Amino acid sequence: MNITPHASPYLTDATPVPRIMGQVLLALVPAIVAQVYFFGWAIVSSLGVATLGALVAEALMLKFRRVPAAPFLADLSVVVTAWLIALSLPPTLPWWMNALGVGFAVVVGKHLYGGLGNNPFNPAMIAYAVLIIAFPAQMTRWPAPLALQSAPPGILEQLLLPFSGGLPDAMSMATPLDTLKTQLAMPRSVDAVRQAQPIFGQAGGRGGEWIALAYLVGGLFLLARRIITWRVPVSFLGALFGLAALLHFLAPTRHADGLFHLLAGASMVGAFFIATDPVSGPTTRRGQLLFGAGVGLLAYLIRAFGGYPDGVAFAVLLGNCCVPLIDMYTRPPSFGHKGERR
Amino acid sequence: MAGLFKFFGGVHPPEHKAQSTRLPIARPSLPPRLFVPLHQHIGNHAKPAVRVDEVVLRGQMIGEAQGRISVAVHAPCSGTVRGIAPALVPHPSGLSDLCIEIEPDHRDAAIEARPLDWRGVPRATVFDHLRQMGVAGLGGAVFPTYAKLAGAPRVLDTLVINGAECEPFITCDDLLMRERAAEIIAGTLIMGELLPARRVVVGIEDNKPQALAAMDAAARQAGGAVVVVAVPTIYPGGGAKQLIRVLTGIEVPTGQRSTELGVQCFNVATASSVWRALVRGEALTHRIVTVTGNVREPRNYEAPLGTPIAHLLAQAGELPGTTGFIMGGPMMGFELPAAEVPVVKASNCVIAKSAALFPPPAPELPCIRCTRCVTACPAELTPHELYWFAKSRNFGKAQEYALFDCIECGACAYVCPSNIPLVSYFRFAKSEIWAREREKNAADDARERHEARAARLERDKQERAEKLAAKTAAAAPPPPSSPASSARDTALVRTLSAPAAPVTPTRSPDEGASRADELETDRARLRELAEQKHEHG
Amino acid sequence: MIAALLVMAAIAVILGAILGFAAVMFRVEENPLVEKIDAILPQTQCGQCGYPGCKPYATAIAAGEAEVNLCPPGGEEGVAKLSELLGVEPVALAVEPRPKAVAVIIEDQCIGCTLCIQACPVDAIIGATKQMHTVIAEQCTGCELCVPPCPVDCIDMVPIPETLRTWKWKPPQAPAPARPPMGKPSEIDA
Repeated sequence: MNITPHASPYLTDATPVPRIMGQVLLALVPAIVAQVYFFGWAIVSSLGVATLGALVAEALMLKFRRVPAAPFLADLSVVVTAWLIALSLPPTLPWWMNALGVGFAVVVGKHLYGGLGNNPFNPAMIAYAVLIIAFPAQMTRWPAPLALQSAPPGILEQLLLPFSGGLPDAMSMATPLDTLKTQLAMPRSVDAVRQAQPIFGQAGGRGGEWIALAYLVGGLFLLARRIITWRVPVSFLGALFGLAALLHFLAPTRHADGLFHLLAGASMVGAFFIATDPVSGPTTRRGQLLFGAGVGLLAYLIRAFGGYPDGVAFAVLLGNCCVPLIDMYTRPPSFGHKGERR
Repeated sequence: MAGLFKFFGGVHPPEHKAQSTRLPIARPSLPPRLFVPLHQHIGNHAKPAVRVDEVVLRGQMIGEAQGRISVAVHAPCSGTVRGIAPALVPHPSGLSDLCIEIEPDHRDAAIEARPLDWRGVPRATVFDHLRQMGVAGLGGAVFPTYAKLAGAPRVLDTLVINGAECEPFITCDDLLMRERAAEIIAGTLIMGELLPARRVVVGIEDNKPQALAAMDAAARQAGGAVVVVAVPTIYPGGGAKQLIRVLTGIEVPTGQRSTELGVQCFNVATASSVWRALVRGEALTHRIVTVTGNVREPRNYEAPLGTPIAHLLAQAGELPGTTGFIMGGPMMGFELPAAEVPVVKASNCVIAKSAALFPPPAPELPCIRCTRCVTACPAELTPHELYWFAKSRNFGKAQEYALFDCIECGACAYVCPSNIPLVSYFRFAKSEIWAREREKNAADDARERHEARAARLERDKQERAEKLAAKTAAAAPPPPSSPASSARDTALVRTLSAPAAPVTPTRSPDEGASRADELETDRARLRELAEQKHEHG
Repeated sequence: MIAALLVMAAIAVILGAILGFAAVMFRVEENPLVEKIDAILPQTQCGQCGYPGCKPYATAIAAGEAEVNLCPPGGEEGVAKLSELLGVEPVALAVEPRPKAVAVIIEDQCIGCTLCIQACPVDAIIGATKQMHTVIAEQCTGCELCVPPCPVDCIDMVPIPETLRTWKWKPPQAPAPARPPMGKPSEIDA
């Protein structure tokens, strides 16, 4: 470990990294509860598998890198990564795919770049991207909301779903964004699709819209605790909403409205928990606004015109690519340099 | 007074000021020995002006100011000089510097006071008096006050007197303002008139209501020319650039001094010592030091300069469990190499460390780019990037990211969730860059000298060749290389002076010419031999 | 198919033209390589590299005749800089560097032979025949070339002590010390 020198300042008022990470985990709890309420207990198993896999992968990598493991395992950053991965995967995904994604995120996405603080890409989104490319069928096979299942299984059965080898057809259903994409290609109009398909709720997806609101609650908690700042979430959601609303205004039959896009898919979790990752995000104030807006626009473009139903993961990864450049060009003038042209 | 301005960043560390403000300023007893460093200020060392075993009086000059920027050093008490030798000085390096060791005789005999009719003499005389009286900035930078005053434009817009005292634990300026407000105001008025300044403002952080009230009353009593302003309590609001920003709205551009923008900033204690030097005719021999931390009776002492801090700590009652001593505040101070180091003009505070007050720092973790440091940095830098550059020794990039605008206030490290000692990285990078600068200058100098020498040697060689050619052309056969001549050569080599000035022979075309040529040939050969010897030896 | 080929070819031609134009228009006059190498070398002129001075060594490196690790006064850092400039793998220094020192003439013993004056590559020794000589400490590069010629061995190499002026903050994270800490060529108390 580093030898900390006896040099000033001798006082500290830091929120230690483990406490920051702990608060992020706490902020995810409402969404997990909502997920359990609307989609069943499978998510709990999924979270467990991801957490365990991440801790094992982290410990192994730290051992390989000859870094003392204890402070890094205790800093909880890898648990945050694991939870975000589990929450972005279908909860009933076979456990080994989940573990594979988590392992890839920790080993390749984090440690091969130098570990905590050095990864240019959001590890959770790397896991998502790898899995959706490798297992497109399983990755788009989401459980139907419990309310839409004719005979939802018991709690134990739900917990065992990730280990059972696959989600029975009766229990699965395409996500709202997926449904919208395939139905619009029929072609049908947005309104017709939303009225005909039971997966749609009041404003977003059935159940999903409430989970999105739970993420919003968690995000507001992080904002209040000053763990994150408003810039990335606001610009992200603002850009997403703005573009969706504009296209909806221009072509109401081809594009769902802005609110739908805010509440559907990974918009909320992306805005508050993924794009706000400090390690892979920009650090300047203007840069954060730019980054959030860019990711929001890209997410919508991928949703509306790309090959995947949701675009948040790829949008974040593309945004991560631009971070060094954004940081370089948006560095604010420091004290005493205000008058200079940069 | 128009509204106040704000500066970016800043933090609110716990103040820890109450414990040392309960008791008034005390005069400590004299220690058995005082060690007065000759370099307590920015600029040149003072030159020892006394001899060992000489008897000195309080206020007597013992170190003479040398060069353009320097101030004198004086005996803080009467006694006998016991030594002029290097001794430990308060510096983070733990290195020694030349000190004058005085054994007090407890007579407290002082030299005659030398007040100056500062209104009746030219400015230059006043400045010289301040230099002879050893007055330097007591806020911590210890820049010679006369030099700062003299560097001001003809009429200054604003004179800022700094009573902010933003750093935790330190209360020496607070107590000084409470107890000697009239002195400070009088000194302030003198400086305001000397400069002269259009406007004189005293900035005091609003966590010092008693000092504010005392200063305000004194200012009113003095005619109201001095405005006392309460500024918001935020660290580092007492930094000169920050205070100037808060009071005037001016952001001093990098590379410029505030003077060029018509603003100067002096510490309250400096104002008081200006008054003492000019009106009372007393040299700067004491300063107020806060002794606090792990001591039974934290308080302020008016300590003679040169008093070992161990002596002050003993009087304040150092408690068991002390793990070290900080000179200055906990944000910008440094750990002392030993408690034997003396109080100097820059020593505003001594803190006895204990594990309870200053828990050992947690291990350093990787930076997660959370940018809390960016939000805290009053210089509006990007400490997380500077850290990266300093750590990877990418010093060019660090300079590009304005490393030298860092005031080392420690706000970034204070808030860092990964416990990274950011300021230590920046100090390291700065001193490394300075060292490289010196290195590069030395190398450039050496290259120039080497090239000049090579050119000179080449020129000599060419001149020799020309002369040989001239001689051959004159059909004189070259002298045979006989054993006798080479023996003569060897003898001559010994007395050869090598970097001889280029020889300019008198080439007269008359009969003396051949004799001159012969001599020249001899010398040329000798030089050649010398050079061979140089090359092979 | 043909259209695509034509488009690609046209793009190649246009881009090539732009590049060629830029190369001519925005050409940067660069220092010759020797100058760049010489700027990195510490200018001690000590000849420890086997060349008679820094410039000759720089010339040899530029010509590819010498390794970059022959300059002890430049230290590992000098080697690293040279490797970076030349794009070669950094190698360890061939010789262990000594602490930075200056020459000091023991004045009582000096006989005034001027041999050291002739040896000094940077004219840092002053004196005259049969007169005592002395070293200008600020100008001395510590090359030690004056030591062997002295017939009475009155020149000492004195390591430069650290002073308050030359003291440096240490890096917080002490890198694994490969060898004992040493002074840098800059530490002449100017």
